[in-house]
Amino acid sequence: MELEAAKMIGAGLAAIGLAGAGVGIGNVFATTISTIGRNPSIQDRVSGLMWIGFALVEAIALFALLIAFMVLFT
Amino acid sequence: MATGEEAAAHAEGHSPLEQFEIHPLIKIEEQLWGWDLSFTNSSLWMVIAAVCVCLLVWQGTRERSLVPGRLQSLVELLYNFVADLLDSNVGHEGKKYFPFFFTLFTFILFGNMLGMIPGSFTFTSHIIVTFSMAIFVVTAVTMIGIWKHGWHFFSFFAPKGCPPAVMPLLVPIEILSYLIRPISLSVRLFVNMMAGHIMLKTFAGFIVALSTFYVLPAIAPLALTVALSGLEFAIAFLQAYVFTVLSSIYLNEALHLH
Repeated sequence: MELEAAKMIGAGLAAIGLAGAGVGIGNVFATTISTIGRNPSIQDRVSGLMWIGFALVEAIALFALLIAFMVLFT
Repeated sequence: MATGEEAAAHAEGHSPLEQFEIHPLIKIEEQLWGWDLSFTNSSLWMVIAAVCVCLLVWQGTRERSLVPGRLQSLVELLYNFVADLLDSNVGHEGKKYFPFFFTLFTFILFGNMLGMIPGSFTFTSHIIVTFSMAIFVVTAVTMIGIWKHGWHFFSFFAPKGCPPAVMPLLVPIEILSYLIRPISLSVRLFVNMMAGHIMLKTFAGFIVALSTFYVLPAIAPLALTVALSGLEFAIAFLQAYVFTVLSSIYLNEALHLH
C-alpha cells in the first residue's frame, strides 16, 4: 500500500476514538440535567462540576485528534 | 471560471497550520553560545497578555471606591472568581497560594482570548508553553507536599482502606497517573486551542473556496464560522478555568493527601 494512502486510513482510524468522547460528553450532560431536574437547588454546584467533567472528557477526544494530526502531518 | 478555480486553489494552498508558525522578531542567537533566545511573535503576545492583565488590575484598583465602577467591578469579579475557586477546592490553606493561581488564570485566559483576535498569535497553542506551566505547577505542588508531610507524602500513592493484596497493582498505577499529570494538563490546553483554531481556519477556507463560484451557498460556512467563534470564546474561558481548577485540585491533594 502507498504510504500516503496508509496515512489517510490511519488518521481516519485514529479519529474513531472520538465516538467514545461523544458518548462521554452526552453522558455528562444527561446526568447533570437529570440531577438538576431532581434537585434544582443544587444547580450551581453541579454545573461547576459538569464543566470540569466536560473538559476532562473533551480532552480525551482531542488526544485522539492529536494522534490523527500527528499521523497526517509528521 | 478559471479565476474561480485559481482562487480556490489559492485558498487550499494556505495550510491551516500556518497560523502557528513562530518567527523571530529580534534575533538573539550568536551572543549566547548557540542558545536561541530570540524574541519571537510568541514572546511578543505573552508580553502583551501580561501587560493587559497588569493594566486591567492596576486601572481597576486605582480608584478603590466603595461603589465600584465598571472596571473595578470587572477586577473584583475576576478576583472573587479565583478566590472562590481556590476556597472551594483547597480550603483555608489555599489563601497563601492565591497570587500564583490568580496569575496563572489571568495569563492563560488573556492568552486564549487574545488569540481569538484575527491575525494574532495564540501562544497557548504551543505545547512548550503549556508544558512549562504544567510542569511548574506539578513540581511546585509535589515540593509543597513533601515539604509539609515529609516522607509521609509517599503514602499518597497507597490509597487508604484498600486490601494489601492489590497494592502491587495499584501503587504503580497511582505513580503512573501522578507522573502523567503534567502531560495531560498541558496537552489538554494546547490541543483544545490548536484544534479550535485549525477548525476555524478550515471553515473560513470553505467560505473563500465556495464564494468564488457562487456567493449564496457561502453563507452557510460563514454562519458556521460565526457560531464556532462563539464556541471558541467559551472554550478559551473554560480551558483557563479547567487548568486552574485542576492545579488547585492537585494542590489540595498534596496538602491534605487522600
